[in-house]
Amino acid sequence: MAATQAIPVPIGLLAELTHRCPLGCPYCSNPLALERREEELDAATWERVFKEAAQLGVMQVHLSGGEPGARRDLVEIAASARVAGLYTNLITSGVGITTRTMRDLWEAGLDHVQVSIQDSDAVSSDHIAGYRGAFQRKHALASEAVRLGLALTINAVVHRANITRIGEMVELAITLKAKRIEIAHVQYYGWALKNRAALMPTREQVDDAIAHLESLQRLHRGRIVIDVVLPDYYARFPKPCVGGWGRRSLNVTPSGRVLPCHAAESIPGLEFWNVRNHSVGEIWLSSPAFNAFRGTAFLREPCASCERREIDFGGCRCQAFALTGDARATDPVCHLSPRHGVITELVAVLEDKPYSYRRMRPTPISIDVVTREKERSHDDETDCDSTFPDCD
Amino acid sequence: MIAPDAKPRLPRGVRLTHNAAHGWVLLAPERLFKADAIAVEILKRCTGELTFAAIVDDLAKTFTAPHECISADAANLLNGLVEKKLLEL
Repeated sequence: MAATQAIPVPIGLLAELTHRCPLGCPYCSNPLALERREEELDAATWERVFKEAAQLGVMQVHLSGGEPGARRDLVEIAASARVAGLYTNLITSGVGITTRTMRDLWEAGLDHVQVSIQDSDAVSSDHIAGYRGAFQRKHALASEAVRLGLALTINAVVHRANITRIGEMVELAITLKAKRIEIAHVQYYGWALKNRAALMPTREQVDDAIAHLESLQRLHRGRIVIDVVLPDYYARFPKPCVGGWGRRSLNVTPSGRVLPCHAAESIPGLEFWNVRNHSVGEIWLSSPAFNAFRGTAFLREPCASCERREIDFGGCRCQAFALTGDARATDPVCHLSPRHGVITELVAVLEDKPYSYRRMRPTPISIDVVTREKERSHDDETDCDSTFPDCD
Repeated sequence: MIAPDAKPRLPRGVRLTHNAAHGWVLLAPERLFKADAIAVEILKRCTGELTFAAIVDDLAKTFTAPHECISADAANLLNGLVEKKLLEL
């Protein structure tokens, strides 16, 4: 429970409008059990969610997915976020949004666009995305956003296949007239954990990349902002995941479940509330999942007496669970964790094997809830590379 | 330094706003910056219409503070924002 501490007011809301996406990036942050189109919230519900979030104190909304462009009512949804007074950010793969839609979004008051790239090299980029022609379409959409006068960020996720081309990716972002590039090392949850051995760079590559980025930041100062998300497997201390559980942000899934972070559903036993049944404010303050790891009261040693406990809150709960089986444990990334050996063992195994692409399995003709719940728990053992999800 | 005739403005994608829970905040791409009372007064005037010289004059008058002092403080704040691509001159 939140003990006696006052519950902080959140800043940002990640709105996963859909899990449908034409791309199949093997490090996708969506859960292994993807939600289907028929479960998605409608635009009117999103409008209510944005109003309630703004009332709670949220200032920024990130319209994400999957690919948000897979929703035909994206413009309507974006407009309602803006009307609610939220700073509205679109996080897109660039595939599935037409130039017409981009113009409509601009007219609706969109504040910012983040376009992902998978690499600076077109062939490699399309291979990583599992979608031929994606690179070119991203390029076109990013250019259109800039032409309209929208602020553009390029997001480049870094791993073993592209880590040597960070400089080229920054150059590409400059060519596209982005104001900012986010170089984000893969974080190993869900799909990325499944593909970890094929994705994770060596320690030497990571060290080189960090040094290279520092020189790039100096070189391009005032030209483009280079933000870096560091990989934590090679760190000494863990990251304060999402700025602390239930402290700064919340995540609404396509079907309306409200999570403290995008991977939270991977922790068994947490009770998530849904915006269909509760207001955003009620969920933030009272839902069991948000209160499960709020603050520092849940921490045990070595975290409980650690001087960094208010800095990193013992690290990431999802990572603690994924790697130690105990969501209350110290994040094993921390060198003080008694389970730190798990990390050492993992990073010793790097294998160049084919990616397991993120795919939705084909929709069965009929499905009942019992079957679906059952599937969820087995999903991480299922490869599903047979079809692209529909994205019309 | 900032040229006296420069007209600082917040570009699209950067907004100064007030929120009951968080106070004055400069909203930017996937980031936000808490603005203190002085920063707010400076940023409110960065509309793209006033020159830097006019902004400094106005602030000096409003707060009966020495010109040089305000000019240096404002330039410092604004240059930092330009570097972060949050302000255009």
